[in-house]
Amino acid sequence: MVLDWLLGMIVLLVKLGLILGALLFGAAYLVWAERKFLARLQIRLGPNRAGKFGLLQPIADAMKMLTKEDLVPDGADTFVFKLAPVVVAVTAMLMFAVVPVAPDLVLFGRSIPMVIADLNVGLLFIFALSSLGVYGVALGGWASNSKFALLGGIRGAAQMISYELALGLSLVPVVMLAGSMSLTEIVAAQERVPFIILQPISFAIFVISAMAESKRIPFDLPEAENELGAGFHTEYSGMRFGLFFIGEYVHIQVLGALTAVFFLGGWRGPLLPPVIWLVLKIIFVALIMIWIRGTLPRLRYDQLMALGWKVLIPAALVNIVLTGVLILLV
Amino acid sequence: MQPLSDSSVFSPWQPGIFSLSVYGILILVLLAVLLFLTEWLGHRRPGAEKQRPYESGIIPTGAARLRYPVPFFMVAVFFLLFDLEGAFIFSWAIAAKPLGWAGWLQITFFIFVLLLGLAYIWLKGGLAWGPTTHKK
Repeated sequence: MVLDWLLGMIVLLVKLGLILGALLFGAAYLVWAERKFLARLQIRLGPNRAGKFGLLQPIADAMKMLTKEDLVPDGADTFVFKLAPVVVAVTAMLMFAVVPVAPDLVLFGRSIPMVIADLNVGLLFIFALSSLGVYGVALGGWASNSKFALLGGIRGAAQMISYELALGLSLVPVVMLAGSMSLTEIVAAQERVPFIILQPISFAIFVISAMAESKRIPFDLPEAENELGAGFHTEYSGMRFGLFFIGEYVHIQVLGALTAVFFLGGWRGPLLPPVIWLVLKIIFVALIMIWIRGTLPRLRYDQLMALGWKVLIPAALVNIVLTGVLILLV
Repeated sequence: MQPLSDSSVFSPWQPGIFSLSVYGILILVLLAVLLFLTEWLGHRRPGAEKQRPYESGIIPTGAARLRYPVPFFMVAVFFLLFDLEGAFIFSWAIAAKPLGWAGWLQITFFIFVLLLGLAYIWLKGGLAWGPTTHKK
């Protein structure tokens, strides 16, 4: 009994270590991919000094961030200032806990679940964490004692809560079709057809709001560099700035994984192993986001809010009613 | 969370709350290590110039904690209202099929009222940003 528990614990730790390591490795190389791809879109070379094709650049960046001075500006609320980046990083990484990476793996007669926590309120868990993530941005901006940071934090908070509504409402049809809020069940419900075919409107609303949630161009007003310096993280340096970065890029991966789980059939796909399919889908979504960043200009703040409140939310609500008809007729 | 029984709560083989807690602890340990490393390896030479909040080279004047514009506050209030209503919609969505047409009719009425509310704040200028050119 105890041995069985210990064995289970070892398996669990290995599994968690692999997932966490993959997330951090992914975040580091997503930064590299973004810089390289963006540079190509702008007819530049991008990082090419550290290693072949600049492949060692993320490692050099990590070293640099670790050895930089961790500065707290004058008049800042030290405790909140130090806490904010941790909140952003933790919520982004915790969100991945409910994403199923593959079907259960059977090893030596034991079945090992390939999801960290198959909560039956998985969807609500994700919303809860993405709401908590807003605190990191808002508090980080407020605690910095800098006007740029405060403006960035306020803009970020208002933008993130507005688009969270659209994000939440766009997933209601997915819950209706799957009849469950567990992500494993949602993937199971897409055995025949991925939901993107049944719910193209939901998919569009989800992707747009997800980009706004992750504060990327064209929705990067909280950190608009030509008006606010660097927005809510203007005053951060060293690893605390690095934590904001890790949070952002892990968040992109999580959003890619969620897009895959809710609309693209999760780990399902022909020929290749399930984990590879999920990773491919995450990379695909991330590359699309980078491409959009290289293509579109930034929205104005009133346009941003108008898009969220006057287009996406009404569209999502009408879509829910129509999906209801569809489900009851079929 | 599935119905809990004593034997399965702490079982590392189950994808449940125990596994989630271990993951949470691992994340916290990882961040603690990163922050310890930066504390340990980082240079530390504070100075008045360096610690002054960055305002593009201009010496900051006045308090940094500005009183922010009212529209942001209104967005927060609208969010609270609509998010709460989103929770109602979710509780219907999960049982959309078993509840049938009666449930659909009720939630459609609910969403209709919700849309009326949205139209009301829209017409009242609650969603307007910046100076408006037309008369309200």
